[in-house]
Amino acid sequence: MSGPGLHGGAERGFGGTAIECRGVTLRAGGRLLVDSLDLQVQAGSRWAVLGPNGAGKSTLLAVLAGARRTDGGAVLLAGRPLDQWDAQALAGQRVLLPDGWLDPFAATVLDTVLTARYRLGEADRHGSRVAGRWLARLDCGQLPGRDVRNLSRGERQRVAIATALSQETPLLLLDEPIAHQDPRHQALVVDVLAALCGHTLMASLHELNAAVRLATHALLLDGRGGWIAGPAEETLTASRLSTLFEAPIDRLPTACGRGLFAVRPPG
Amino acid sequence: MPTLPPQRALAALLLAALGAFALALATGSVPGVLTALVDSSEAAGARSAVLWQLRLPRALSAFAAGGLLALAGCLLQALLRNPLADAYVLGVSGGAAVGALLALLAGAGLAGMQAGSALGAFATLAALFLLARRAFFGRLQTAARVSEEASTGVLLTGVMLAAFAAALLSLLLALAPDAQMRSIMFWLLGDLAGATDMRAAAAAIGILAGLLALAMTQARPLNLLLRGDLQAFVQGVDVRRVRRRLVLVSALATATSVTLAGAVGFVGFVAPHLMRQLVGNDQRALLPAAVLAGAVLVLLADTVARTAVAPLQLPVGVLTALIGVPVFISLVRRL
Repeated sequence: MSGPGLHGGAERGFGGTAIECRGVTLRAGGRLLVDSLDLQVQAGSRWAVLGPNGAGKSTLLAVLAGARRTDGGAVLLAGRPLDQWDAQALAGQRVLLPDGWLDPFAATVLDTVLTARYRLGEADRHGSRVAGRWLARLDCGQLPGRDVRNLSRGERQRVAIATALSQETPLLLLDEPIAHQDPRHQALVVDVLAALCGHTLMASLHELNAAVRLATHALLLDGRGGWIAGPAEETLTASRLSTLFEAPIDRLPTACGRGLFAVRPPG
Repeated sequence: MPTLPPQRALAALLLAALGAFALALATGSVPGVLTALVDSSEAAGARSAVLWQLRLPRALSAFAAGGLLALAGCLLQALLRNPLADAYVLGVSGGAAVGALLALLAGAGLAGMQAGSALGAFATLAALFLLARRAFFGRLQTAARVSEEASTGVLLTGVMLAAFAAALLSLLLALAPDAQMRSIMFWLLGDLAGATDMRAAAAAIGILAGLLALAMTQARPLNLLLRGDLQAFVQGVDVRRVRRRLVLVSALATATSVTLAGAVGFVGFVAPHLMRQLVGNDQRALLPAAVLAGAVLVLLADTVARTAVAPLQLPVGVLTALIGVPVFISLVRRL
């Protein structure tokens, strides 16, 4: 694969550009991960970021969040280069759900979610209500008083998602949001994210069928510099995904919906 | 999880501090010195001198040293995200003691020793950060795992620096003239027997108040830093600026306490550890609570140290280590 790929969602009539990559190049340990990525993410669109392990999905999301520098090119958030934003202002524009969390000290679930309200200062009066609402939506309504260190990985991940959503930013950058979830909670998280109104979403995913359910657009990274970006119906196809993951992937017809992706068993 | 509302805990700690002061001023080989407060007769003169020139400066010094150590410990634990971090364990106290001792052997006065101690504390922290910079000022960690490993790396580096500082102190001990053995033991063990300078004690109390106030302005961002640099940055914290300030505060706190009382160990994590169980880990409540608890702990320990086997006086560091080591071990076992 090599860029530039298909065009983004400009023709779909979303409001302005939420975040934009201009010739963004990423390297890790001497390896070229992403070569000169040009990407316009329209406000209100939902992007799935797909690629094999180590393709640079997490690195790209960290770059878009302003937590890591590019190795070439520039990222523009709301039209302004990322390196001109300070931490406080960025916190009102975008949130990043990292892959993993640190809980070195005891803390309640509610206090953990409320850290998301830091940018709003001491005067924030809606914190508990917003936090409680997202916890309830993510089936964590029973958890607020529990110690985060005693949660299961799946529960802790949903608390992390509730934390990200409670920051109430227009742009959501989520690194593997459905990791550690059982099938029911996987569907729940995808539904909650798909139902967000007025948010722009970029999520790295390994579940192809979750990507189909969630995304209006997809960015495919092959980890050797190549990338393809475009509307979901043009990018999430059996042939492109087979090439991307170097595995035979079929789209199996289902009674309703757009079919399901599955890796063909050997033989 | 907090078991007490912070206001109530702080009120209780203030009462405990007053009680510890009263006890420290009232006990000792000269009885009834507190009566000198109300009795202005000729006979009260000696008692008044004991009170104002011996016990009060010593009590204030103990209070300040304990508070400063607890403040440094609290900040280092939050910065390293490790409840075992402490100025003594990380070698910052040892480095400060080496600096003060070098100044002493070079013939410097009190001011020179204070400068030497501060330099030693900064040099140790600088070495710590250079050796483990990945965890501190490097790129924001994207993976939780990397950050956790780096934090352990800093702690191990600190333990080695502490061993190095102890070796340097022993070297100076072996080379120093016999006349200075006594004061070198003071730096090694932590001792308040020489803390009779009222102006130094008052200055230390002032420094403690100032550094605590400075740390409190960073308490909210520090709460977020506890959950990782990346998470804090995403939520709006200027991670490097907060880190730089708090590293500076913990180095100054350690240096001041070492010039007052030598390398008193284990207060820096015992006090925050106990208070974390009482008021929780919100730094806005934990910082003042730990400072008060550390201050009370050293004040009580020193009162015991100078009265338990009177007329002999024990170095206060021996007592804090006797309390601190079992707490440290129980903490490690539970992690």
